[in-house]
Amino acid sequence: MELTYTEEEEEFRARLRQWLARALPALPARPDPGDWPARRAYDTGWQRTLYEAGYGRLHWDAPPAQRLIFLEETERAGAPYVGANFVGLLHAGPTIAAEGTDEQRARWLEPVLRGDEVWCQGFSEPGAGSDLASLRTRAVREGDDYLVTGSKVWTSHAEIADWCELLVRTDPTAPKHRGISWLAMPMDAPGVTVRPLRTLTGTAEFAEVFLDGVRVPLANRIGAENDGWRVTMVTLAFERGTAFAGEVVACRRALEEIAAAARAGGQWDDPVLRRTLGRLNAEFRALWRLIQWNASKAGATGGPPGTGGSVLKLRYSRARQELYEAAALVAGDGGLDLDGRWTADRLTSLSYTIAAGTSQIQRNIIAERILGLPKGG
Amino acid sequence: MDFRLTEDQRALRAGTRELLARLWPPEALREPVDRARLRGLWRALGDAGVFALRLPEAAGGVGLGAAEAVLVFEEAGRVLLPGPLVATHLAAGTVEGAATGESVVTRVDGELVAWLEAADRVAGDPGLDLDLTGAVPLRSVDPLTPLHRLPRPAAGGGAGAGGHDPAAALLTAAEQLGSAARTTESAVRYAGEREQFGRPVGSFQAVKHLCAEMLVRVEIARVAVYAAAVTGDPVEIAGAKLLADEAAVLGARDCVQVYGGMGFTWEAEVHLHLKRAWTRARTWPVAAAAEEIEAETLGVGGG
Repeated sequence: MELTYTEEEEEFRARLRQWLARALPALPARPDPGDWPARRAYDTGWQRTLYEAGYGRLHWDAPPAQRLIFLEETERAGAPYVGANFVGLLHAGPTIAAEGTDEQRARWLEPVLRGDEVWCQGFSEPGAGSDLASLRTRAVREGDDYLVTGSKVWTSHAEIADWCELLVRTDPTAPKHRGISWLAMPMDAPGVTVRPLRTLTGTAEFAEVFLDGVRVPLANRIGAENDGWRVTMVTLAFERGTAFAGEVVACRRALEEIAAAARAGGQWDDPVLRRTLGRLNAEFRALWRLIQWNASKAGATGGPPGTGGSVLKLRYSRARQELYEAAALVAGDGGLDLDGRWTADRLTSLSYTIAAGTSQIQRNIIAERILGLPKGG
Repeated sequence: MDFRLTEDQRALRAGTRELLARLWPPEALREPVDRARLRGLWRALGDAGVFALRLPEAAGGVGLGAAEAVLVFEEAGRVLLPGPLVATHLAAGTVEGAATGESVVTRVDGELVAWLEAADRVAGDPGLDLDLTGAVPLRSVDPLTPLHRLPRPAAGGGAGAGGHDPAAALLTAAEQLGSAARTTESAVRYAGEREQFGRPVGSFQAVKHLCAEMLVRVEIARVAVYAAAVTGDPVEIAGAKLLADEAAVLGARDCVQVYGGMGFTWEAEVHLHLKRAWTRARTWPVAAAAEEIEAETLGVGGG
């Protein structure tokens, strides 16, 4: 039980801190959230900067402790987060790294790391959300290609993506988990139509993607045919593991800002609010400790984070919502102002208990896979 | 950074679990604990080094740290080990006979003293003028924690009064953690065995989700308590106690619920966990105090 970092880890931190102090002032201004091409340019530009400084691979190759330091320091310094590179760096990339052939790794990983290519995720469908394995988008072999037909939904960054990590049904007769394959689909292929989807925040953060006879080469399949469900579980394990590390650091900073505003604005005299913020301080510190715990375990086994990520995901998503509810108490009438300091964050926080496996699904996973309770019901 | 338990720490935990299974098996909870029985238990715990755990080896101790103490107290919490364990452990090295378990040492917490009649000594902050003559027994809700109420708040209550010791809060939180882990395991085992509508009740999502939330609270409390032991930071300790109290109290309540009618019986062990969790949650810092301690540090650096 040690929480101090080794000399080597601290050296890494110091070097990174120095580099961030030089690199961040050189960044261009943040683009308008509605301007997708500008967002892509900004996010991929930052990834390119990281790559050239030797920090581009940290999401995959680095020992977990080093990765935590990276996420902690970049967030503290106010550096951009992964943004448009999210799926490429945190989903598709790690999956290809773990399950792809040498050739596939050589084709797809480097462009993600260099910020040259952007990925989106084609998992959910209108009829396949929590029950992801019931997805119906079909892929039929024709020569050296699959012909893909169907539709996907909740696809972030679809408008600007070059590639889509796509789950398709390749065997409609097999049990639902056994007839799925994982494909890398080029977004500029004929038959791909993207329609932006306006969310309750008012902006179009997601899209629907319609696929009409899209040709995807067989060589773009990661893993064996019909083994896509297992391949996907690798991706989801990454998503639920330490992927929230940067966000937890960001929440702790936001909590400090909310408390400072409450002290300045007089709301601090309200013991209910004070205690709510105090509890959140304990909560977010514990979440950070859980991330350190998960990272220590992952560092020892070398594998993906596993089901322990569900514990983190469940608790973190709720804490984030509580944080911005508390912010609304501090904001008062300002909480009704779309331009208010925390209004957008409060709205966005609603997605956290739904995206990447709802809280209800996480509880099933914990009950069945960690506690061993029987399936069904 | 490696937050995992070391080999030695895992061995200590396993060894403590074996020791306590022998010294304090589940049947032990069925008999009243009088002075003689408590003293016998204390000697055995003293022999095993539970009280001298953190004393330097030169002083006849085991020479281990807060992390190890937390692991031992977590095990004590699992089996509902009775007696003023925290007070005696903290008195080792300063009160004669505490390290060996020859003396039973208790302490004042707020207006309450546990195990006053069985204790040889009542520890307090130096200079604290404890008046225990007017202490009145109350009918303690926890059958294994006799309580006395002091005539007035020790040393006027307020900050700096007796009982405000982060070290005690940390070990108490560790006991709560052990209790929470135990009630979670019990609920899961029962939900897997008890059948209604022709299948285990644990196959129903309503029950499953109760159990899942129990585990989440345990895991959050675990990392909070372990980290607080490592850093020794008083604010982090207060936060750990807050989360561990919640894990223990809500865990025991949910366990009662999962047990259904059986949970409401005296026979099932669950109510003993709930009642002990309540008594520990009343020790300093209670939830309100812990939240205020956590809040105090927030938003003072500008932002």
